Amino acid sequence: MLNAVMGVRQQKKRTHEIIRQTIAYFFLVLGSLVMAIPFLWMLSTSLKEQGVVFEMPPRWIPEHFAWSNYSFVLTEANVLHGFMNTVLVIALPCVIGLFTSALAAFAFARMNFPAKNALFMMLLTTMMIPGVVTLIPTFIVFKSIGWVDSWMPLIVPGMFGAAAAVFFLRQFFMTIPSELEEAAKIDGLNPFHIFVRIMLPLSKPALVTQGLFGFLAGYNDFLGPLIYINSTEKYTLQLVLASFQGFYNAQWTYIMAGSVLALIPTVLLFFFAQRYFVEGITMTGMKG
Amino acid sequence: MKRKEYLWAYLFISAPILGFMLFAFIPLSYSVYVSFTQYSGYHAPVFQGTDNYSKLLAEDPLFWKTMFNTFYSALGIPIGMALALGIATALNQKIRGIYFFRTFFFLPTISSVVALTLLWKWIFNSNYGLLNYLLGLVGIQGPAWLSSESWAMPAMIIQGVWGGLGINMVLYLAALQGVPKSLYEAAEIDGANGWQRFVRITIPCISPTTLFILVTSIIAVMQDFPRFQIMTEGGPNYSTTTIVYYLFQNAFRYMDMGYASAMAWALGLLLLLVTLLNFWLSKRWVHYE
Repeated sequence: MLNAVMGVRQQKKRTHEIIRQTIAYFFLVLGSLVMAIPFLWMLSTSLKEQGVVFEMPPRWIPEHFAWSNYSFVLTEANVLHGFMNTVLVIALPCVIGLFTSALAAFAFARMNFPAKNALFMMLLTTMMIPGVVTLIPTFIVFKSIGWVDSWMPLIVPGMFGAAAAVFFLRQFFMTIPSELEEAAKIDGLNPFHIFVRIMLPLSKPALVTQGLFGFLAGYNDFLGPLIYINSTEKYTLQLVLASFQGFYNAQWTYIMAGSVLALIPTVLLFFFAQRYFVEGITMTGMKG
Repeated sequence: MKRKEYLWAYLFISAPILGFMLFAFIPLSYSVYVSFTQYSGYHAPVFQGTDNYSKLLAEDPLFWKTMFNTFYSALGIPIGMALALGIATALNQKIRGIYFFRTFFFLPTISSVVALTLLWKWIFNSNYGLLNYLLGLVGIQGPAWLSSESWAMPAMIIQGVWGGLGINMVLYLAALQGVPKSLYEAAEIDGANGWQRFVRITIPCISPTTLFILVTSIIAVMQDFPRFQIMTEGGPNYSTTTIVYYLFQNAFRYMDMGYASAMAWALGLLLLLVTLLNFWLSKRWVHYE
């Protein structure tokens, strides 16, 4: 009797579970379609011949694949050139900025010095200052030293490190057990050697996460280049792409081909390193 | 020995601290001064007292319109948060293929804003765009979206919600996974149904994440510039001119840096107030363990 009641109850629970999961799948599939269809539309348009774009109803798979859109956009429309510029602009802030952030994070996590907390809090306030407030005076300063229409305003500030990265890496460094560090201290290693030989190798995942975020922010940055760069030969990829609107007005095949190309590097990166992105976001988000 | 360690430590933190001074503190202080001047960027700034601020508050009707538009654009925040929570809840139902679904929702987060905005500009195209075509399939005559004064902002909101789902969903999913299972089991024994468990247990337990998303989204949305620059350029007829967009126009098109700085400070203070208000109100609805 008891067994039968338990059985019925379990059965009921299982039915509930199945209903819940079915509803969940339904919404997830629907949601994924809403997310994916714009991207498919982008891809589809990018492979059409110019005239066919305005066909109604639209054809999802073009009759003739116009691969020439891509070669045109890459070379004639300077997407490749813009990409190279972007790489040149973001390399230094990405690498050196990560290093300076990590070094500071190490000091804040593992060393003692007067005014440590005050300095750390001061650094954190940068994360709360709205970017628009500092934008104009920074522009004025860079203009007065002749850096407008150069890459310097895009490269130099990033090399000093970023408050968000310092915060994130500090959290990570604090979780590393101190035994190794103590042993190294007894062996007479100085703090810089401890950082380079012990902390850095142990922090690869956190460094990769921050490196990815830095790359992403630099690669997708539009505002900085928009304000500082005027000469077309110095345009970063995002500026080249944005300028398509003016150059190829209503030529959606080119605009979409350029957009697809601009997405490829970050999408590839995401597929290979999804775990780092997700962990990075939840860590800064949850402990922030 | 100790002093030597201090020196090392100060050396280690010197770059970010110097960066703070050069790119945050000094510009911030200078910006206060500039906001009280007339400054074109070519000649030296001319001090003119509170003129910029009085113009902002009393003589420039467009400023109030941009203020309204900014709050209007923030309507997307609650919509996006509710959707993100819904998706995260669905993903949390012992679903197969979490990785697969998560990728779809997350793609816009890592994509170039310029590319996505161009894409949606094409989607919103009133005659040949995807959206009006799909609406047509179900018998709805779609509006002219970006060229319509009343539909341009809703279009911006739709695009913003679509683009921001991924990051909020990831945050919510992590929060949902952190809700103690024992609470659900206890509620189930007490006879609470699924909806009651969601409202009484899930929502309070994830409220710190909700606050975090709310605060960071407001700060981000109210400073959003690139999407507006590419999609609508503030139009039609100023219907999508937000404070930040107007500020950029003043600073870099009309070269009125003083006025733009005053505007930046007005926005900065507004953000501070909204954030403080958020934290103050949060005492009533955010539960920490």
